[in-house]
Amino acid sequence: MTMSNTRELAEGVGLMGGGTAAPRAPRVRERWTPGRAVAQGAIYAILIAIAVIYIFPFLIDIATSFKTEPDAAANPLSLIPQTWTTAAYQQLFLNSDFPIWFKNSVIVTVFVTAGRVFFDSLAGYALARLDFRGRGVIFAVLVAIMAVPNIVLLIPKFLVINQLGIFDSYAGMILPLLVDAAGVFIMKNFFESIPVAIEEQARIDGAGSFRIFWSIVLPMARPALITIVILSFQGSWNELAHFIVSTSDPSLTTLTKGVAQLASGQLSQGTQYPLKLAAGAIMTIPVAIVFFIFQRRIVNQSTGAVKE
Amino acid sequence: MARTGSGIRRGQTAAGWLFTAPVLVILGLFLLVPVLMAAWVSVSDWTGRGSPFAGGVHFVGAENYGTVLWSGGLAESDFGISLKNNFWYVILVVPLQTIVALFLAVMVNRRMLRGRGFFRTAYYFPSVTSSVAITVLWLFLFSASGAVNAVIGWFGVKGPNWFNDPDGIFHFGAQTGPAFLTRPTALGVSLWDWIGGPSVAMTAFVILAVFTTGGTFMLLFLAALQNLSEEVEEAALVDGASSVQRFFRVTLPQLKTTLFTVLTLGLIGCWQVFDQIYTGTRGNPSKTTLTPAYLSYQAAFGSNEWGPAAAIAFILFAIIIVFTLIQRWVLAERAVSKRRMKWIADYQATLARSAKGGSR
Repeated sequence: MTMSNTRELAEGVGLMGGGTAAPRAPRVRERWTPGRAVAQGAIYAILIAIAVIYIFPFLIDIATSFKTEPDAAANPLSLIPQTWTTAAYQQLFLNSDFPIWFKNSVIVTVFVTAGRVFFDSLAGYALARLDFRGRGVIFAVLVAIMAVPNIVLLIPKFLVINQLGIFDSYAGMILPLLVDAAGVFIMKNFFESIPVAIEEQARIDGAGSFRIFWSIVLPMARPALITIVILSFQGSWNELAHFIVSTSDPSLTTLTKGVAQLASGQLSQGTQYPLKLAAGAIMTIPVAIVFFIFQRRIVNQSTGAVKE
Repeated sequence: MARTGSGIRRGQTAAGWLFTAPVLVILGLFLLVPVLMAAWVSVSDWTGRGSPFAGGVHFVGAENYGTVLWSGGLAESDFGISLKNNFWYVILVVPLQTIVALFLAVMVNRRMLRGRGFFRTAYYFPSVTSSVAITVLWLFLFSASGAVNAVIGWFGVKGPNWFNDPDGIFHFGAQTGPAFLTRPTALGVSLWDWIGGPSVAMTAFVILAVFTTGGTFMLLFLAALQNLSEEVEEAALVDGASSVQRFFRVTLPQLKTTLFTVLTLGLIGCWQVFDQIYTGTRGNPSKTTLTPAYLSYQAAFGSNEWGPAAAIAFILFAIIIVFTLIQRWVLAERAVSKRRMKWIADYQATLARSAKGGSR
């Protein structure tokens, strides 16, 4: 059991996509005493109490989205609506731009995730394996770029997007997010951790760099690629600031931007908490699904995810 | 280009540049060029009309920086207030999120724990959700008649109207302070306001940040805990050290590097808080949730003050880069050479970084 600790951590939270721990010596076992049992009970009590604090808000979110507005205000803690209503969801899907927001978020997320998986691994492979002039410089530039804080780029990015004439277009929403330096690093470090022998053999057999990358290296990189998929999906689906500065057209509004404006009351009157919480709940579902799916996938293919 | 080495090597040069070209072009175009353009805008009198490179736009030197740093006007006091707000946010969030993360990691790292997959997932889940969705939820939970006040009410205490309460929490209800505190000002904000702490509204954002980032940083601590030397731990166990003693004398010192990483990532993230403010309060009530990031956005897109807005962005840049450089410098000293561990550490740092604005 101790042997798989690292992997268990990775997969328990469903994110690491590999990693192994060296075998360890058997542990010193603690002896059972009544005092220990009480302490053990206390630890579970604390863990469960904290879990309740972490989970309860999300349950309130879902429950409130099925409540009427007076009910939501009168019984903020209750998990069971006095009268069940799907009015909030009907309003969102039938009488608002919500479906458009959802569509836009899907489009952006799909393109950004695909782009990052491909371009990050391509560049990561070049930096890890190809021997070429300028590699050191490129690497240094990427390291420097990673230090630039995202939020500081708000205004600057708008300036360039505007200058390029891609303000209010999918191009302006997608292109700037299409690659990320951090992803390149993850891929680079991963490629450096796998054996080079197979590639060398293929190269001797006359395969070109792209061929080697595409049909030999990439299939081996699944754990790292899954990591990129999760990070990109989560990152682009949850991105807000970039869409604020790259669009103003309502037909290009994404979920984050639309719901944020809904929340600050720009598009509505009154509190409308059931409506807002329903919107928040729906936008959480895709990231939650990705989170849980990949957790399971990683667990299933756990043996030999990364072997040296 | 000069011939370098064999034919294979030459083929690799072309492929190398080709493979990295998309990343270089896009990052150059949307990261490097923007920074340079904004640098120009921050020293120009551009008002948002047409191109900042058009003939009518002039170089104005440090004027825009002066506007936000020493003009004595509204722009200065707004910037001062935003700094004060964010400063208190940082002071509270960074230590709290670190303690919470470490505590959670130690708790779920126990060997004999049943259901630890469940606990880890539960604590980590808020980290993957969008800052917008969480902020919307927070607005409801912390509304005047919301869930939080209902719980506080069980103890007979009447909770505040969180997001509408501009009172500094360290003013303890006092509306005005003594003259020796209200008279001196820094950046257009009185000493009395500086020491007043975050407003009640900002405190709700502090709690939000701790709630969402605790899980992210818990992962970092967990990974570090898994790699601790067991011999040392077990020796302490055999010596009969209590678990509290073991934690502070044996475990914690070994976590120094991770602790440092978490603290600096926290510092970097907390200075970027934007999404929550945009979604939740837009700087209200009484500008007490204004942050430099949001102020910069508002000045540019709200009031067409592009020069000062770009100047604020660069000042913020300077603040954040200091922490980044300190972090890189210290961590480089301790760099571990194991490649695989590096891959995992990089990935986790990314995870933590993606917890932007101290959220998610």
